[in-house]
Amino acid sequence: MSVDKLVIAGLGKTFRSSQGETVALNGVDLSVGENEFVSLVGTSGCGKSTLLSIAAGLEEQSAGRITIDGEDITAPGLDRGVVFQSYTLLPWLTARQNVEFALRAAGQGGAALKHAAQEHLELVGLQGFENAFPAELSGGMKQRVAIARALSYRPKMLLMDEPFGALDALTRHHMQELLTGIWEKHRLTVLFITHDVEEAVYLSDRVAVMTNRPGRIKTVIPVNLPRPRHYNMVATQAFQDLHRAVLDAIRSESLAAARLATALEA
Amino acid sequence: MPQPSKPVRRPAFALGRRISTLEFLGIAGLVFAGLAIVWTLATEGGWVRPLFLPSPRQVLARLAELWASGQLFTDMGVSIYRITFGFAVSTLVALPVGILIGSYRRWEAAIEPFVDFIRYMPVVAFVPLTILWTGTGDMQKLLIIFIGTFFQQVLLIMDNVKSVPRDFINLGRTLQMPQWRILQRIVLPSAWPSIWDSLRISLGWAWTWLVVAELVAATSGLGYRITTAQRFFQTDLIFGYLLILGLLGLATDQAMKWTGRKLFRYLDVR
Repeated sequence: MSVDKLVIAGLGKTFRSSQGETVALNGVDLSVGENEFVSLVGTSGCGKSTLLSIAAGLEEQSAGRITIDGEDITAPGLDRGVVFQSYTLLPWLTARQNVEFALRAAGQGGAALKHAAQEHLELVGLQGFENAFPAELSGGMKQRVAIARALSYRPKMLLMDEPFGALDALTRHHMQELLTGIWEKHRLTVLFITHDVEEAVYLSDRVAVMTNRPGRIKTVIPVNLPRPRHYNMVATQAFQDLHRAVLDAIRSESLAAARLATALEA
Repeated sequence: MPQPSKPVRRPAFALGRRISTLEFLGIAGLVFAGLAIVWTLATEGGWVRPLFLPSPRQVLARLAELWASGQLFTDMGVSIYRITFGFAVSTLVALPVGILIGSYRRWEAAIEPFVDFIRYMPVVAFVPLTILWTGTGDMQKLLIIFIGTFFQQVLLIMDNVKSVPRDFINLGRTLQMPQWRILQRIVLPSAWPSIWDSLRISLGWAWTWLVVAELVAATSGLGYRITTAQRFFQTDLIFGYLLILGLLGLATDQAMKWTGRKLFRYLDVR
């Protein structure tokens, strides 16, 4: 593996409220290499979104370190592009203006800005929809604009928080193929959060499975499937074996949680 | 064998069933027409004494008379002037305050409980105080409109600003935008449609407070004319002015709705 881009070491997060303390993350260790695609899967409530928020700089950790290119992450920054599950397209701006909005915030202007916006909308296959408002776009198209926007200002890496979670199964497959295509052509560093195991295996170089709360990395499974990836790979034995391995790791966690719940009730 | 399909009978009243705009307007128009007919029959048939309920003909005749003499426009002019000023001043102050306390919890802590406290004081109870402070002129009307609308507006606008999706603000943060720019470029444009709606609703209340103020102590305006009409048993004038007030309220409300649709066309482009 190449140089590490994102390094997470001993990361912990504790939420304090009037009801007491909740340990969301405890001792998370994970690294994402340069131009590597890593997925983070786990049961709901395991803290995977919290981990991404900390990587984005939107939340602060309670313990441990998280660095990008060796520098501590303490705040949000243009070196990390974030794609949220909710589409977060600004409804009063067209698709093009939404991308330009980010480019302008990143300090670009003039012809370069126009060009970059057009280029990235074409990259996600939205030519012809540049002047559509978000209300006119389907969920999948909105998320394509969001991806174009996050890529447009050339961040060092992409952080994606269940970006396809709200889409129907067919659209989700389209989006996965689109994302793999872009990734294979342009090579990016990506940390991708999902609870869809098939999606994780299909997209990733490595799949990290998280434990139940307090979340840590239970195991990291390398995906040695050839690239470019095609959707008919899903049916192959190699894919199914990987799928099974990830699922088993998650399942043992869900079973543990169920056992714990029964024990607490008794 | 496929059977010829029978036309499906749908119930006239099904939960959430949609109807055409034409049907909607037709039903609304029928209700108004029905009421007018009942009103005409009851009064022209001599079933009710004109002192209590004058006939539509009498009301319209009185309005025509006031129209011809110019009295109607003088009264409307005074009232419209007061509500325009009162509402404008209230809105101009409520906007920054509402946006501020909707955006920053510390400002909310400083201002919101106080505003909430005043909001529960009946506006009518301020009438004697405002007369004591400013007399019975226009200033007192403005004050009553202000007290009646401002505190409600502040809370509504605060809620509008607070309902801006958290992820919109996070988007601005991930783009490293400074706070004031996030406020200006993301929070405000996002809250505008609902703020506009809040203003529209509070304008309706402003009409009420205007007339209250004019009924209690005034020497001009629609509310004042209604009070004097009562003194001279001019029931037709009272009804005429009630109709005028209703129409003015309806017109301003529709105008704001229409403007809102034009301003925020991007929300229903489909």
